[in-house]
Amino acid sequence: MMIWLNQIIQGVLLGGYYALIACGLSFMFSVMRIINLAHGSLAILAAFGLFVLASRLGLSPFLGLLIVLPAMAAVGWLLQRTVLERSLRGGLLVPILSTFGLSIVIDNLLFQQFGADTRSLAPYIGDLSYSSWAITDDIDIGQLAVLTLAAAIVLLGGLQLFLTRTSLGRAIRATAEDPDTVGLIGIDARRVNATAAAIAMVTVGIAGAFLAMRATFNPYSGGQQLVFAFEAAVIGGAGSLWGTLGGGIVLGVAQSIGAQIDPQGFLITGHVVFLAVLFARLYPSRFALQLPRLRRQPA
Amino acid sequence: MNLLAVENLQARHGLLQAVRGVSFALHKGETLALVGANGAGKTTLLRTIAGAHPASGGRVRLNGTDIDDRPAHQRAAMGIALVPEGRKLFSRMTVEENLLLARAAGRPGRWTVDAVMQAFPNLQKRRRHLTAHLSGGEQQATAIGRALMTNPDVLLLDEVSLGLSPLVVDQVYAQLESLMASGTTILLVEQDLRRALRVADRVMCMLEGSIVLEGAARDLTREQVTEAYFGLGRATVAGIPA
Repeated sequence: MMIWLNQIIQGVLLGGYYALIACGLSFMFSVMRIINLAHGSLAILAAFGLFVLASRLGLSPFLGLLIVLPAMAAVGWLLQRTVLERSLRGGLLVPILSTFGLSIVIDNLLFQQFGADTRSLAPYIGDLSYSSWAITDDIDIGQLAVLTLAAAIVLLGGLQLFLTRTSLGRAIRATAEDPDTVGLIGIDARRVNATAAAIAMVTVGIAGAFLAMRATFNPYSGGQQLVFAFEAAVIGGAGSLWGTLGGGIVLGVAQSIGAQIDPQGFLITGHVVFLAVLFARLYPSRFALQLPRLRRQPA
Repeated sequence: MNLLAVENLQARHGLLQAVRGVSFALHKGETLALVGANGAGKTTLLRTIAGAHPASGGRVRLNGTDIDDRPAHQRAAMGIALVPEGRKLFSRMTVEENLLLARAAGRPGRWTVDAVMQAFPNLQKRRRHLTAHLSGGEQQATAIGRALMTNPDVLLLDEVSLGLSPLVVDQVYAQLESLMASGTTILLVEQDLRRALRVADRVMCMLEGSIVLEGAARDLTREQVTEAYFGLGRATVAGIPA
């Protein structure tokens, strides 16, 4: 029993990371209707930025964020103005293709610069990478994992507050709903979208930092992170910030329980849950019709 | 000096020329009603003036300044506010949030959220409700209030009575008339000729993208406007050629 409880707790904590990585993807989709396939690669770009600052300048990854996050914001702004905005004019499919191309460019530039070696920021954060709290004899909770979950909650909660309580947040929501009408009341939709892209990239930078602290990464790790982000965002209902947290946790718990059932079941269980949720979302009526029949079946 | 001057304005929808060389001037404190049948080009004309639709020719001046190359958000900041056809409220936001958004125009003036609530008392109790849940009249009041929150020099109103019951239209117009009485400059698109002739200082009639009739509301009869409205005889009034 304690083993299963432990797996669920570890799954919730892992879900914190997935929520973090999905946050930017969900935010960009809800605000700009863009599915950013370069999302994972951009997180890895931020991770490499922090790695360079830590390994060459001896800067703590947490201090390094003070440099990397503004740089990621600038990347987001430029990306919106130079790639995404133009791509969107060609319809919803073009940004998917252009960001896919961008991910290939980023991956290969990182490979050219850093080679294929696997790296991690764990050596630069001291005890935090392995310290844990023993809750019972069978359950230990990693401090970094708790910090990651806390960061996800603070980030998603902060974004939610920002969107509902500030004038820029309201402008972002209004632009997401009707980019043509906002101009009539004095809002520059281009500027708002570029700002939103910058904010999304800041969240990507934070996710990249936690990825690099809790695991290893190489120039081609972005694809895997994109899959996790996509699954968490879809499970949580793409575009909903608190839903993204829930989606990340569901994915994390599914993977954790899958790993307990079978060591090879870690990824596949997550994918199965994702597909089940996707199916339920795509065919809600059919799914709803089946439910009463399923409920009536004897155990 | 004219507050708004439109000279030989043209606008297209693809191959269709929706606005054909329209010229007119709007004076401070004046209410000008623009009437015409569906497809006459009224909405396109208003959207082009507001910068929401590209002009294919001509000029628009506000307070003597050319605004042809200004995007919609800059025109709003300069003093043009459009209440679009269909209201176009942000449905996932509350009444108050819709109003607060318009502060982005950054124009100082008398219009605040509280001032809008005073002008449209029916919104007071709906202040924190999502606009998707409002009645048609409340939505129209919110749309007008949102435009007023930009503290405009010119208010462009596109078919404010569209989709509303006659009783609600009367309520909306009662509120508009108090705005007119306070000196707000208004360009009003209206399909109801009787109402247009009653509230406006001047009336213009559009047909197939052109102005076919223009004159002071007190000098025009309903029959004259109806004739121009449907293009019967292509009459001219006040020296404006058909």
